[in-house]
Amino acid sequence: MQYQATVRIEQKAGMLDPEGTTAKRALGQLGYQVSSVKTAKLYEIVLEAESSEIAEQKVDEMCQKLIANPIVHNYTINLKELN
Amino acid sequence: MKIAILQFGGTNCDLDVLHVLKDVVGVDAETVWYKQEDLTGFDGVVVPGGFSYGDYLRAGAIAARTPIMNSVKKLAAEGKPVLGICNGFQILTEARVLEGALTTNEYPKFRCHWTNLRVETVDTPFTSKFRKGEIIKMPIAHMEGKFYAEEKNLAELDENEQVVFRYVDEKGKVTDAANPNGSLENIAGIVNTSRNIFGLMPHPERASEAILGSDDGLRVFESMVDYITENF
Repeated sequence: MQYQATVRIEQKAGMLDPEGTTAKRALGQLGYQVSSVKTAKLYEIVLEAESSEIAEQKVDEMCQKLIANPIVHNYTINLKELN
Repeated sequence: MKIAILQFGGTNCDLDVLHVLKDVVGVDAETVWYKQEDLTGFDGVVVPGGFSYGDYLRAGAIAARTPIMNSVKKLAAEGKPVLGICNGFQILTEARVLEGALTTNEYPKFRCHWTNLRVETVDTPFTSKFRKGEIIKMPIAHMEGKFYAEEKNLAELDENEQVVFRYVDEKGKVTDAANPNGSLENIAGIVNTSRNIFGLMPHPERASEAILGSDDGLRVFESMVDYITENF
């Protein structure tokens, strides 16, 4: 089966998000008063796997090994079947 | 004695390090393209600065997972010294041979200027030629240099005296104003627990000749060479 995993990577709670803070400030200069801006990264990974459990397990491994840095990031995986 | 200087796609401080080692310190050094993988015959490694793989994913993330890094770990396991400068420091943390992570500067801007550093320990293969507490000068040039580690790991770094340099003001005081990137506890460089792997954000190779404004960085390379001479 073919699956598409959408991986969302964000800073752990308590970590600063300078890009978000800068965007918030710039929005303020445009007249938009917002409470907060947070940035996150999104990866779409398409892979073949025998089942959704195996696909999710593989993508989780990929996140641990490369896609995220567990010291500073949290990540969520959203899996959907293709075809 | 021969020192390897690693080259990845996007490394750009390799030739500066080569110049310092060969022409200023006067030891044998060679650049090694990452595909070579084998580091047999080398007594030390420098992972130089630059923008390996365009900082894709995270600074240093891709280079840290290339096979040559296994050879670097093997060489380090023999007690030989490994020095990571700037992007090299990022690569060593991403490879998990050094604690923590280097994240985007608190004010997210590329900072390129001189910094004052305080020598926190001389008990490393890279700082034997300094005095503890000495204030030295080296430049930084980075956007992802904010040192971060979880509280427990930060405490361990302090306890084991693994912090090598901290950003300080001219008088040697640790202040927020002297901290160029928001690094926790003003940390500019650390060693691993066995002390033979050293990563730092400032560039010692850019402060190795008086004509450049400082030759304080030279002692990092001289200390490393002394250590190799004495031990290998």
